[in-house]
Amino acid sequence: MELSRDEEEALAGKQGEALASAYRILAAIGEATGAKKLVPIQWAHVSGVNYNTIGDAGVQFLEKFSREAMIAVKTTVNPMGYDRTKPEGISEKFQEKQSSIVKSYERMGVAPSFTCTPYEVFDIPQKGTAVSFAESNAAVFSNSLLGLMTNKESALSALASSVTGKAPLSDLRLEEARNPKVGIEANFKFESELDYGLLGYFAGKTVKDSSVALDISRPSTIEAKALSAAIGTSGSCGMFTIGKGRETISFGKEDVQAARDELSTADDGDIITLGSPQLGMNELDYLAKLVEGKKFTKRCMIFCSKAIHNQAAKIGLTGRIERSGAEFMCDSCTCLTPYVSKDKYDSVVSNSVKGAYYLNSSNKVKVALKDIKTIAKEYTK
Amino acid sequence: MIISNCKKIVGGSGEGHALVTAQPINFLAMVDAKTGVITDSRHELYNKSLKGAVLVFPYAVGSSVGAYAIFSLREYGTAPSAVVCSKADITTASGCAIASIPVVDLPQDTPLSAIKQGAVAAVQADEGKIIVKV
Repeated sequence: MELSRDEEEALAGKQGEALASAYRILAAIGEATGAKKLVPIQWAHVSGVNYNTIGDAGVQFLEKFSREAMIAVKTTVNPMGYDRTKPEGISEKFQEKQSSIVKSYERMGVAPSFTCTPYEVFDIPQKGTAVSFAESNAAVFSNSLLGLMTNKESALSALASSVTGKAPLSDLRLEEARNPKVGIEANFKFESELDYGLLGYFAGKTVKDSSVALDISRPSTIEAKALSAAIGTSGSCGMFTIGKGRETISFGKEDVQAARDELSTADDGDIITLGSPQLGMNELDYLAKLVEGKKFTKRCMIFCSKAIHNQAAKIGLTGRIERSGAEFMCDSCTCLTPYVSKDKYDSVVSNSVKGAYYLNSSNKVKVALKDIKTIAKEYTK
Repeated sequence: MIISNCKKIVGGSGEGHALVTAQPINFLAMVDAKTGVITDSRHELYNKSLKGAVLVFPYAVGSSVGAYAIFSLREYGTAPSAVVCSKADITTASGCAIASIPVVDLPQDTPLSAIKQGAVAAVQADEGKIIVKV
């Protein structure tokens, strides 16, 4: 990858160690993705906010990095580990470490969005705009449905793009990679958003390219979120298109069942978690209608961003849901939250394929995977 | 045996026993940073440690935070001494860049299995070269 003179100098440390390491990251991902140059981006969305995901090494890294670097473009951030207004059951150590991470990001000037669905919270730039999104569901959703151009960035590569305002011109930032070779033909009837999640999980696992064509009708926002999050979880694919590819892979009933068997490891759970991705207005409205006049029979946590929560509160939507006994956990999400740990629960009911993957593998908690409608039906009365 | 014409992703050099897998790795979900051990019982490298090894694998999958997981390996002293991919992904490239772990991609016509499990391998990323001692 060719660097300009200014970029070379920054890489050599002329603008400080933080920017030098940012350019080291950009140089490495530029080589990995075969980029010829860096281009300006207009928005970075950074992951690596939850203490459970970045650990002590991450806390220390950000503390140091944030004393030397400032954001160069609009930067939004992923959920943290918990809702600071609901610290019950969260250890003091966790709260301290989490607070340090939040301070580091704020010191760099990020918008304290704590959301994995920035595309539901912020104004969307025009189609074709280069951005750098680390959160994989946001990258897949934005490439596929909003026409933004991002690679499936890592926490550190999006951070490097945030403080330099640049990203490699490669892969999904070029039209060629956005034209999928492989298509998946869904040979079964979708019954809920969960089936879109299972399709996404299969697609991510099966297709090694940057994009995949899905021969399905255009999904609703709720379905597209489930699909995007699942594609982002299981593989390296960062975009889907609706239509046929040049090669076709079939996704039939037995594939749906195989994906379900892998992710759904329990029949029932001690509690219910809704989200990942964090619920948006569409899902909250859908849920409110399903639980109207009913009460949850188990503890139910709803993960959403503060921005969506505030918007929903204004029109009375949060109140309608809270009357069912469900609790809102803002700024956080199902994946790797200390709210859902092995010492507290053996198993969890969740609507999320992505959540199920991380609950099983990282939280070591078993998961009963069910769609929102089924959860509302089975666990309220 | 010398494998030349590798593509440098992160410069530097490192040597160790080759830990070879054809399966992708999710660094956030599958690796215990404190020990460097692969903790996913469904993975071929289950219970194997990355510490000091030359990790030979296709590419990373899964969470974007995997980059911090790679950086954590360095901080805990459990990092591989070098990484060889069939096609390094952004998580591996960025995590290793910050952790100063050399990374190369194998030439397109060279399979991962060209490096035998447990063989001593020396990766010289800047020269695009892997020396495998049998």
